[in-house]
Amino acid sequence: MALSRAEAARIAELARLHVDDSELDRLAIELSNVLDFAATLNELELADEPLTAFAPADSPLRIDGPDGRTLDVHLATANAPEAEAGFFLVPPVVEDLEP
Amino acid sequence: MTTPETWRRSARAIAEDVRAGRLAVEAAAEAGFEAPAARWERDVHAILSTDRGARARAAAEAPKQAALSGVPVLLKDNLCTVDHPTTCGSRVLGEWRSPYDATVVARLRQSGAVVVGKGNMDEFAMGSSTEFSAFGPTRNPYDLARVPGGSSGGPAAAVAYGLVPLALGSDTGGSVRQPAAFCGVLGLKPTYGRLSRYGLVAFGSSLDQVGIFARHVGDVADAYRVLAHRDPFDASMREGPAPDVSTWDAGVRDLRFGWPANLWREGVDEAIVAALERAAGWLERAGAKRVPFEFLPGTFAVATYYLLATAEASSNLARFDGVRYGLRARSDELTTLYAHTRGEGFGPEVRRRILLGTYALSAGYHDEYYLKAQRARTRIVREYAAAFARCDVMLLPATPSLAFKLGEKTDDPLAMYLSDVFTIGANLAGIPGLSVPMGLAAGGLPVAVQLLGPADGEPRLLQAARALEAEGRSDLIPRGYEREFAWPGK
Repeated sequence: MALSRAEAARIAELARLHVDDSELDRLAIELSNVLDFAATLNELELADEPLTAFAPADSPLRIDGPDGRTLDVHLATANAPEAEAGFFLVPPVVEDLEP
Repeated sequence: MTTPETWRRSARAIAEDVRAGRLAVEAAAEAGFEAPAARWERDVHAILSTDRGARARAAAEAPKQAALSGVPVLLKDNLCTVDHPTTCGSRVLGEWRSPYDATVVARLRQSGAVVVGKGNMDEFAMGSSTEFSAFGPTRNPYDLARVPGGSSGGPAAAVAYGLVPLALGSDTGGSVRQPAAFCGVLGLKPTYGRLSRYGLVAFGSSLDQVGIFARHVGDVADAYRVLAHRDPFDASMREGPAPDVSTWDAGVRDLRFGWPANLWREGVDEAIVAALERAAGWLERAGAKRVPFEFLPGTFAVATYYLLATAEASSNLARFDGVRYGLRARSDELTTLYAHTRGEGFGPEVRRRILLGTYALSAGYHDEYYLKAQRARTRIVREYAAAFARCDVMLLPATPSLAFKLGEKTDDPLAMYLSDVFTIGANLAGIPGLSVPMGLAAGGLPVAVQLLGPADGEPRLLQAARALEAEGRSDLIPRGYEREFAWPGK
């Protein structure tokens, strides 16, 4: 299956991954090659196979309470590119709010 | 005081000497950083971060009467540590410092091991050669023009050249077993859910498992015993106690080993086919029985894997967006900030896989790719279950080729993916696998075989590996070490 340049650009947008225009053609070809290879799965008769349920039947549960290993807010923000007073800073998401 | 021999000894021998007071922990931890092992690091580049102060502090704090007292360990750089950076071989994490140790790291420290540093890896464990590290490749100690395999190439090479007797990696599709095979050391991928993944930076969460590198089967068993414990911070762990590996030296009498010879009828290096025959002969001589059968070709597993692992990766790596840690691209608009941070921070292979996984999960293609691969995974799980109804372990290649040259496959993603054709199935099925060195091929490169077992089959894998080790030890004299280095265990 050949992926178009436009499809490659759309996937990059969905992935929130900036790709230079000059890279799109090459990426489309590389992805198409892997998808062609993945089509070998059509040689297997899979319609009756259940989807893998890989998780354990019963998820282990622990007590729903703080256990003393809660990450301190200043430790949590210590690695942030921008932080202030225990908050992560990002560009404005909602603008021009009328009171 | 450092005995000149310390760097080449087994983890077990080092811990025994430390417990008996014959060897200082500090000396054991420094042994690989002094001549003659130290000179190899300049050429091989197995280490991403280490410093003498951190090693000294870790050595001072290590319990002196524990299972791994004084044993120096190198960790793949996707295992979180408080005393070293954790880069995942990527630029996107910037100067990030983990506020906590991974559970396996904490367990190592409690058991007396000394974390001496972090090992090189393909970015976010995506690769089979360690050439996709953002910090430059690692080279194979047996031939510097060749790759050590990947993605855990740094830890594998470090164990091979003598920096440490023990290292941890992670294995999502063969990233412990394939570099172990290329570097001539043992590499165990345990049963899914036996070693905690808490603090292992996630790639494909249903496939990832922390793995063990060592030069001795007994060292693998000792490390497994320390690491295989339930962890309340990993909800994907198996119920019940881990299998008892104290029987690693119990022999292979009446062991049934599967022999799926159709898998290596073509496309496998003849030195590897010869090693398989040799290994089978040794196992039979030790009392094991060969059970021939046909098995599903590994190409189906590779196709399945590159849809599922990339889908999981595209989700797991969404967290690297420039907000909470690491690199941040300048932008006044949030979506652009995400896209440019990720575009600048991720290398070529990670970008490819994020895009592939995003596509496999996207509306309109989800059924055709992701769900089909999930069904194929069920088929593969059943294939292994049927095989292990007939045998206790399977003997097969770890890799189709010996270590390949740097640059040979970096421009051909599919060729790189197919170098994992024999290892990927174990991750899809959640079963344990072990790469076992079988000496050197005619050109001086390590050659290996692989053992697979059913879930919790680690004791049988180690018993079979031990039988091969007992026969093959004399074969293992690393290239370049002929004069100064007799392979440990002599």
